[in-house]
Amino acid sequence: MSIDSMFVHKMWNDHELSKMVDGGVPFTMLSDSGGKVGKIYGIYDEDAGIETRGRFIIDPDGIIQGYEVLTPPVGRNVNETFRQVQAFQLIRASKGAEATPSGWKPGKATLKPGPDLVGNVWKEWKTAMAFD
Amino acid sequence: MAEELKAGCVRPTGGPVGEASPEETPEKINQKKEVMSMVHVGRKAPDFMASGYRNGKFISVKLSEYLGKWVLLCFYPGDFTFV
Repeated sequence: MSIDSMFVHKMWNDHELSKMVDGGVPFTMLSDSGGKVGKIYGIYDEDAGIETRGRFIIDPDGIIQGYEVLTPPVGRNVNETFRQVQAFQLIRASKGAEATPSGWKPGKATLKPGPDLVGNVWKEWKTAMAFD
Repeated sequence: MAEELKAGCVRPTGGPVGEASPEETPEKINQKKEVMSMVHVGRKAPDFMASGYRNGKFISVKLSEYLGKWVLLCFYPGDFTFV
């Protein structure tokens, strides 16, 4: 979503993005002229008249589970976004019985919060697990 | 004389030239900025409607139509930027 009109989105997709991605952008390119939606989400830059790089993970109940906001010159890490979505999906599937510690990614051990885990995280999780 | 603009990540913008109008005192501007606040994690995502472009079609989208699905909502500075 950006402040550009849907017509400009079409031109960008057809003339540039479709040269990077076969068949063009597979998701919806939304228009937020005037930054009305960006203002509500808190990522609209009033002085520059543009949206900053805000990214929101919204779960199936419409609840915001996470967000990240960057100034324009630095691009996002798409893999990190996917990792966070996978972590939230796992937690939702376990109905909160599991939690994903720092450095978790699919295949790595989760934690099962409860009285037995208090003071014992060090047995389950090592500092090296925070890194790839 | 017109000045050449460098193409960067942020589109250059213009605005009124000259003294700020009396209503736009620095205090007023600060107040306006403080009104804008961030949404919160764990709370409902504000619903909205927006026009868009997908697969060759112009469409209208409402966020609440996606209840039951995971949604990634990404904002970016503008089309034809570089990052």
